[in-house]
Amino acid sequence: MQTIRMALKSIKGNKVRAFLTMLGIIIGVSSVIVMVAIGQGSTKEVQDQIGSLGTNVLTVSVTGSDVTFKEDDASQIQDVSGVEAIAPTISGRVTVKNGQTNAQVSTIGTTSSYLDVRDLQLQSGRFIADLDNDNHSKIAVLGSDTAQTLFGFDDPVGESVKVNGTSYKVVGVLESVGSSLGTSGDSTIIVPLSTGQRLASTTEIGSVYVKVENEDMINFTSRRIEQTMYTIVGDADSYSVSSQEDLMETATSVNETMTLMLGGNAAISLIVGGIGIMNIMLVSVSERTKEIGIRKAIGAKRRNILLQFLIESMVLSSLGGIIGVGIGIVSAQIFTLTTGTTIAYSVPVILLSFVFSLLVGVVFGVFPANKASKLDPIQALRYE
Amino acid sequence: MMTMTEPIIQIKNMKKMYELGGETVMALQDISLDIQKGDFISIIGPSGSGKSTFMNMIGCLDRPDSGEYMLDHEEVGKMKSSQLATIRNEKIGFIFQNFNLIPKLTAVENVELPLIYRGMKAAERREIALEALKKVGLVDRANHLPTQLSGGQQQRVAISRALAGQPPILLADEPTGALDRKTSKEILETMSLLNEQGHTIILITHDLDVAKRANRVVRIHDGQLFENGGEWFADNQDGTEKH
Repeated sequence: MQTIRMALKSIKGNKVRAFLTMLGIIIGVSSVIVMVAIGQGSTKEVQDQIGSLGTNVLTVSVTGSDVTFKEDDASQIQDVSGVEAIAPTISGRVTVKNGQTNAQVSTIGTTSSYLDVRDLQLQSGRFIADLDNDNHSKIAVLGSDTAQTLFGFDDPVGESVKVNGTSYKVVGVLESVGSSLGTSGDSTIIVPLSTGQRLASTTEIGSVYVKVENEDMINFTSRRIEQTMYTIVGDADSYSVSSQEDLMETATSVNETMTLMLGGNAAISLIVGGIGIMNIMLVSVSERTKEIGIRKAIGAKRRNILLQFLIESMVLSSLGGIIGVGIGIVSAQIFTLTTGTTIAYSVPVILLSFVFSLLVGVVFGVFPANKASKLDPIQALRYE
Repeated sequence: MMTMTEPIIQIKNMKKMYELGGETVMALQDISLDIQKGDFISIIGPSGSGKSTFMNMIGCLDRPDSGEYMLDHEEVGKMKSSQLATIRNEKIGFIFQNFNLIPKLTAVENVELPLIYRGMKAAERREIALEALKKVGLVDRANHLPTQLSGGQQQRVAISRALAGQPPILLADEPTGALDRKTSKEILETMSLLNEQGHTIILITHDLDVAKRANRVVRIHDGQLFENGGEWFADNQDGTEKH
């Protein structure tokens, strides 16, 4: 207790220096907290979104470029037992135009079942019907962002838009689904599958969304679909069947790597801060050589001197840690308020970075403190 | 008083050598000295005589190469440095030429220092320290920093720091060296008073006038100790060594 009070006193005696010494630790700790909060926030956001897409949906993607996979092939998946509904899709990017306003959006060509399979809601109008598909109708359902970009707050249903120069009639608008992994699910335009294939100048299918009957049997159904796909495509490397859970795992692991890298960077700045503390403590030891001599002459043991300087560096670093935690939380809050990004504070990480800062104080305080404790009292007393 | 004849320091055949630039310097050659409890002894000698080395030995800041040193019935000549720190804390009150107060601490905190290293509780410590300051008449300056005090006041703070732990011995190294004549006189009178109160005082100086305050004056010269230092210096009026 007495030693801590002594350390606080000596820090108070040189406020500017103490602050500059702590600055490294403050920056280190606060950046750890901000970085991890942002990293974990984005992980959480992605998880929420992927989770909201439904856990009873499988995605069958055709990845090989030299295989053919057409609508008829896709309908075979419908026959796999355990499959409730399928929605074959072909996607691409198009320019949509309404008068002078235009937007680059992703286009999805699909069938009427897409709405049910992806669990989407209509804001207004209707979705694509089977008849539209058969007729290669030039109709479109707009994502909420696309609708707002092109029509503002007017109802676009019944209006027409130009897709790559051709006029399409808008029949419906979707409810917002939010964005995931940096791509907006609302900047879309949905057209009938046959129309979409024509837009993309292909007769192929890109991917098929599959809704399974029983969520618990999803892995089982997934394997059956894989077998079916193998008989259709004949090349195991040209397709993939993935569940939302797989997607979530991938997204989470990407985010974890990112968080780890950000955290690692910040940890390095903590170590640099520690070196700053060591530096100042060494200066402090040589400045206070006389004081050490006096204390030793009066009866301080090596242990007393060691503890005095060690506690001083620990107080410095933990004070820096506390200030850093405060600044970190505040600046993460400012960040989320200004950018609207989700953040998630991690209490273990906050505690860990504080403990780490304390540890930095111990590790980098040992050398100067040991140096101080080893001073010969006779020499130290003579020092001016 | 019965206690007057009880030896508190017994030094027998103490020797100390130094390596200086590859040369061995015999700083103390075969010194023996007994100091009785309640004594007021001066050790006088010019610089380079081995006076400082001897003071470091008596003050347990250094260890002799050979010889015996009994301090208050304890053989301290062969103690480890941590044990010596305890001995310094409990047995010796240091009074230095340049006061050696810690500038960041107030007068009373400086006086508390030796008690801190005894592990005494804060409240008890403060009480004893204030009592010690009262003895030297500085209790109203307890919360002043050393820089806010005059030289004489600082030395009185240093004396009360030396007294606070109630050590059997006060060891003063040129206590008046940094003070003017008037203040020096006051400090020396304080020390005489302390001696009358029963404190054993060892005064190390190069100044004969200061040394004469003591009941007994020994002279150190070329690492050897001579009794009746006062008479010797009286014969060599200017107080410096002649070769």
